[in-house]
Amino acid sequence: MKSNSKIALLFLAPAISAILIFFFIPVIAAFVISFTDFDIYTLGDFSTLRFIGFDNYIKLLSDELFWTALKNTFYFVVVAGPLSIAVSLSAALLLNSKLTKFKSLFRLAYFLPVVTTLVAVAIVWRFIYHPNFGILNFFLGLIGINPIDWLGDPFWAMPSIIILAVWKNFGYNMIIFIAGLQNIPEELYEAADIEGANAFQKFRFITLPMLAPTTILVSIITMIGYFQLFAEPYVMTQGGPLNKTLSIVQYMYQEGFRWWNMGYSASIAFVLFIIIFIGTIIQFRIQKFNK
Amino acid sequence: MKKLILHIILIFIAVITLIPFIWMISASFMFDGHASVFPPRFIPDQFTLIQYERLLERLSIARNFLNSLILSILVTFISLTFNSMAGYAFAKYKFKGKDKLFNLLISSMVIPAQVTMLPLFLMLKWMGFINTYMAIIIPGLANIFGIFLIRQYCISIPDSLIEAARIDGASDFLIYKKIILPLLTPVLATLAIFTFLGTWNDFLWPLIVMTDDSMYTLPVALANLMLEHTKDPELMMAGSVVTILPVIIVFLALQKYYMKGIMMGSVKE
Repeated sequence: MKSNSKIALLFLAPAISAILIFFFIPVIAAFVISFTDFDIYTLGDFSTLRFIGFDNYIKLLSDELFWTALKNTFYFVVVAGPLSIAVSLSAALLLNSKLTKFKSLFRLAYFLPVVTTLVAVAIVWRFIYHPNFGILNFFLGLIGINPIDWLGDPFWAMPSIIILAVWKNFGYNMIIFIAGLQNIPEELYEAADIEGANAFQKFRFITLPMLAPTTILVSIITMIGYFQLFAEPYVMTQGGPLNKTLSIVQYMYQEGFRWWNMGYSASIAFVLFIIIFIGTIIQFRIQKFNK
Repeated sequence: MKKLILHIILIFIAVITLIPFIWMISASFMFDGHASVFPPRFIPDQFTLIQYERLLERLSIARNFLNSLILSILVTFISLTFNSMAGYAFAKYKFKGKDKLFNLLISSMVIPAQVTMLPLFLMLKWMGFINTYMAIIIPGLANIFGIFLIRQYCISIPDSLIEAARIDGASDFLIYKKIILPLLTPVLATLAIFTFLGTWNDFLWPLIVMTDDSMYTLPVALANLMLEHTKDPELMMAGSVVTILPVIIVFLALQKYYMKGIMMGSVKE
């Protein structure tokens, strides 16, 4: 280890200045803008900018569309999050079984949706969900389920987006879970076998507790990603029907970049940040509590 | 028996993950209207390349493809250079405030990118970069996750190697270039595939900063096309194939490094 600050500084300078100028300064600027009435007129004439204190945040409280977006996003996170994690864990358990053949082939197939372009697969799924010609209704028809207007029905639109999200993302956490499973010492299971434990008991009292740290980590990653829901509704439903799939980020995008209400939009972005921040802290607390 | 049930379930899941791709590819080779039938076809009744020809002739999809490719390569190359230098400095140099700076970077990873988008847009607009490649390159110059990943890997390189080179009279920059970089190859490959795919697949930011058809990246062009061609599944599937195929090829080629990256990113301190 060498202590030569000057040379270290040279190595750091490009990355740190880029992050400072194009990340940290914008974060602070967004915070400041959220207390102003920055709008389309300000874009033309900067002198019209006024500080309005907490007005944007107060306005959010009584903005019905914002509450709708908030509610939809929470619906998405609360359902799609645990569901994704459950599917990831199940797939990891299946792939980790000693009986499983062609492990790497299955792993590859399950992982493929993760790397593909979200916009493109959302478009594919938009047609899969087609009420008359979609392949989903076709397969459901084979087992006697009547056609569902997936994206057109206010009740089914969000579940449709949730199904797409689980399909697209479960492979990522699955890889992390497989690594976690492989770190559990084999002796624990052998000892349980001697005690006469059945498969469920082994899962409940060995696998789950040993995977707890992995599960917390996976939950945080998944939650942060899911709160930023945007492309799926943008491509598949444009937030409809009846705003049932409008998400926080989509609302922020519309206010900021379609109507140029940038002050208002910045306050939405900060609310999103605060929600993610609180969510992360809660999950870290749970982890500490478990230790 | 147990083994048979296990494999039936495994195959069932594989069918679910793969069938959208199979249908996508098959529909992209159909004539107009041939994918909108009941029961659905999983193999084209008449094979045709007409949808791909339409994409190329009538739409600027070739240009969009090129935009995506150039931007993904540029961002990958630049950010790898910047991140590796910074990651090396954090791992192998002592300087005042190092731990504080590193912790500040790590904890700011919780800030979602959306928070920065409005000011960043105004900044780039003021610099005259909106609707240019710079608008996508600039926010991608360096990233905290990349620095973190390289630092973690760099720590495991023995100091004695660096000391030996220094005794031989090698300069700091030469050590970085000739000793460190070659040793970092695996983690650089990991980061390269993450950055390439991330830039290629990104949607919200290019949607905000690119305003002309000819400057769109593939996902933005595709989303726009979707709004005009809601009733053309065959054309849209061809567009999706063109967008997805390159990432699948890159992923298959560098699969090993991608999987490693997920593990490394999930290693907790």
